[in-house]
Amino acid sequence: MQYEAVIGLEVHAQLSTNTKIFCRCSTNFGSEPNSQTCPVCLGLPGSLPVLNKKAVEFAIKTGLALNSRIASYTRFARKNYFYPDLPKNYQISQYELPICEGGYIEISVDEKPKRINLTRIHLEEDAGKNIHDAKNPFSLVDLNRTGVPLMEIVSEPDIRTPQEASEYMKKLRTILRYIEVCDGNMEQGSLRCDANVSVRPVGQKEFGVKVELKNMNSFKYVEKALEYEIKRQIEILQDGGKIIQETRLFDANSSRTYSMRSKEEAHDYRYFPDPDLVPVIINDEMIQEIMSGLPELPDKKISRFITDYNLTNYDAEILASDKYLAGWFEEVVRCGVNPKTAANWIINELLKFLNEDDKTISDTPIKPQQLANLIRMIEKGVISGKIAKTVFHEMYQTGNEPDAIVTQKGLVQISDTETIQKTIDEILAANPKEVERYKNGETKLLGFFAGQVMKVTKGKANPQMVNEILKKRLS
Amino acid sequence: MDIARLNINELRLLLDKKEVSVKEVSEYYLDRIDKLNPRLCAYLITTNSNAEKMIDKAQKRIDNKQSLNLTGIPLAIKDNICTEGILTTCASRILYNFIPPYESTATKRLLEQDYILLGKTNLDEFAMGSSTENSAFCVTKNPWDLETVPGGSSGGSAAAVAADMCVAALGSDTGGSIRQPASFCGVVGLKPTYGRVSRYGLVAFASSLDQIGPITKCVKDSAIILKTISGNDASDSTSAPVSVPDYEDSLGRDIKGIRVGIPKEYFIDGMDKEVEKVIKDAINHLISLGAEPIEISLPHTEYAVATYYIIATSEASSNLARFDGVKYGFRRHGKDLMDMYLKTRSEGFGAEVKRRIMLGTYALSSGYYDAYYKKAQEVRTLLKTDFEKAFKNVDLILTPTSPTVAFKIGEKSNNPLQMYLSDIFTISINLAGLPAISIPCGFAHDMPVGLQIIGRYFEEPLILQVAYAYEQSTNWHQKRPILD
Repeated sequence: MQYEAVIGLEVHAQLSTNTKIFCRCSTNFGSEPNSQTCPVCLGLPGSLPVLNKKAVEFAIKTGLALNSRIASYTRFARKNYFYPDLPKNYQISQYELPICEGGYIEISVDEKPKRINLTRIHLEEDAGKNIHDAKNPFSLVDLNRTGVPLMEIVSEPDIRTPQEASEYMKKLRTILRYIEVCDGNMEQGSLRCDANVSVRPVGQKEFGVKVELKNMNSFKYVEKALEYEIKRQIEILQDGGKIIQETRLFDANSSRTYSMRSKEEAHDYRYFPDPDLVPVIINDEMIQEIMSGLPELPDKKISRFITDYNLTNYDAEILASDKYLAGWFEEVVRCGVNPKTAANWIINELLKFLNEDDKTISDTPIKPQQLANLIRMIEKGVISGKIAKTVFHEMYQTGNEPDAIVTQKGLVQISDTETIQKTIDEILAANPKEVERYKNGETKLLGFFAGQVMKVTKGKANPQMVNEILKKRLS
Repeated sequence: MDIARLNINELRLLLDKKEVSVKEVSEYYLDRIDKLNPRLCAYLITTNSNAEKMIDKAQKRIDNKQSLNLTGIPLAIKDNICTEGILTTCASRILYNFIPPYESTATKRLLEQDYILLGKTNLDEFAMGSSTENSAFCVTKNPWDLETVPGGSSGGSAAAVAADMCVAALGSDTGGSIRQPASFCGVVGLKPTYGRVSRYGLVAFASSLDQIGPITKCVKDSAIILKTISGNDASDSTSAPVSVPDYEDSLGRDIKGIRVGIPKEYFIDGMDKEVEKVIKDAINHLISLGAEPIEISLPHTEYAVATYYIIATSEASSNLARFDGVKYGFRRHGKDLMDMYLKTRSEGFGAEVKRRIMLGTYALSSGYYDAYYKKAQEVRTLLKTDFEKAFKNVDLILTPTSPTVAFKIGEKSNNPLQMYLSDIFTISINLAGLPAISIPCGFAHDMPVGLQIIGRYFEEPLILQVAYAYEQSTNWHQKRPILD
């Protein structure tokens, strides 16, 4: 029997506000444990939460970017459970009346667009961190993260494969980074993902028994965890077994999932409206204002790059995958160089270097104007494309101007016919045997001669001229 | 001159004229507390050491002729209101050693005037109770009869005011916890409109019902304290962005033509006949002063107690979850985390608190939420509507504060339901979020009786106006228990 998976994702995105969602503490990552706390986020008796307006704006912004309906009236609820990293032993979250409902994200599956619908987006506070050390008979608690604003984005069970799930995550991350509400750093935990997975025979309408997967902190792990879990479930069904509704943890070392708790052990969160917070009223004016501040979103940018700059879909997607990269590219284009050439340099050279160094576009010392200058130097024949790559590498390392590098290193292309002819003649004279073989029809030796010329001129000879003159001399 | 009998303005005058120093007044009160507290247990702690600094600051302000209403005035604070650097226990074992690193907004506003904090007063643990018998530390006695309860949960504050162990006090009121003890102890207790006074720093019992308010010897003192502690607070989202009037302004105005509603549901069969007579006399007295009585109906009153005990316990079950032994307060070690939680909370909380946590947890449980919590919220809306309708025809509502006078210690402690009914006349007001005062209006069985005056939202000035008119034309507020 053929089975298909049914997957829904719950993504937690840490909002990049400066302060926490219900107090004025900093949201900085990696500070001294418990240094960024106050009576409110420590949950001291008598302290009260006050909603961070920025967090509301960020959620609305996200809702608008993801085509959701923005609630005109939204409120917070308490999710009650005991855990030492949760100082109040309840999390302020949203239950009924979340800030956004509906919406979708479009991904491409086999080059065809597929819409993944969203159920809701809601705001909540993050919990702290328990630090367990096998050496100690106790655990430590760091509450710096407590109260950092989180946005939970819940998808409908529209995802069918691990690849779709990963595409969805990537697309979501790109959008969140575009609208600057979340830095999307999965390793640091600013973007986290839980999945609800079930399998069913192809053609069956009803969903199978679902399993909740947790602890997948990279795109790769999302795929791996889902692959393992889907396989596990199908094998159970094929053996005539039954899936147990439970929560399972992904273990990256073994690439397997392990049972964490069964449905019977599941918490009764006893949600109820938080009486410490007043309902939030969102008016059209506020929505309009946020809407007008939205940047061009990735999909729109990709199609514009294809039409305006004649880029391939592939190139456009890469360049539009990051708002700053796209902006950098357009800066280069604005300097008047060919967009396709600019795209090639960015994708094949710049991104290669950045990826190798595990850096992003904002880390490059090269300015868009400088790349444009380099491209123009090739177009004008001042340097060859090959030399240009050397120059580019130097630019990447030093941030120096391309013409300065070319002058300093004496890399100007030799396009002087006489000089080239002289060099060629010397080389032909020094290699009579090869000249003989060439004349006897071994024309691929042209490359050998050209290579010798380049060697002597340290790669500076204009390659086209070298080829032309060589052919003339050898004929 | 007997300092003990002075109200805020009388003491203000003496202090400003330098007839007494802040130190003399404070020491007088601290001595009196030392003398009476062993018998009454109104205070859990006194703040002798901290007081010195406050005394100096207050005296300086007076010397610089910059005194404000409460500069140098010795007050008592209920021990569920956080005072920075000073033990705040909520009369619970679980917070027996808790010293807040911050000040509540209400007491911060008192500090800004350089008041004198005499000490923290006893209460039913986490303000859950009507007799102050649920304190983990001691039972406060009613100064009028040491064998009876002072009411609760602000029993310590009410007893301290009645026994002249402070000039005035702050209490908190979730279902009657200011008004009922004020009534039992023969003093004035005002529960402001929900949102009038910031709850920041008030250890929450039921967040949607809790409100801090004054307990005083006279109506004017309540007006003065209310003016000081009221106002919007950026630290409390539920505090109202409504400007604060000068509550003294309306005092002394004529009450002719003010329409007072008498709800028929508040004069019930089970009510003590003597109490009923005292209340009716009080109402007649107000009529003689020009108030116009109108019989009204608040038809959903009978559901108030049930509604209250679902909403208040639900909120409490969540509010009190933070007391787990992990971060502060009492902790009993266990073999693992769960064991530590269970032992800490089993031993740290008293019986009544545990009963309410269990009730609330049950009411919020999946499968029961709709039948209990949600239904209770719907009834709460109906109760509010009852009042809104009534206030279309009347300006104030008059009721007894409690169906009985103070009862004997231990009389109801084994019967929670009986105990819950002693708040029957005060609970609806919290559910509706309205302001109300209890003022002394006579005696029944030789114990004080309180008249409750309920007003519209933020109409504390009218409540105070009528309360003041009553007080100034009677002498009940001048009666004091004999303790010396």
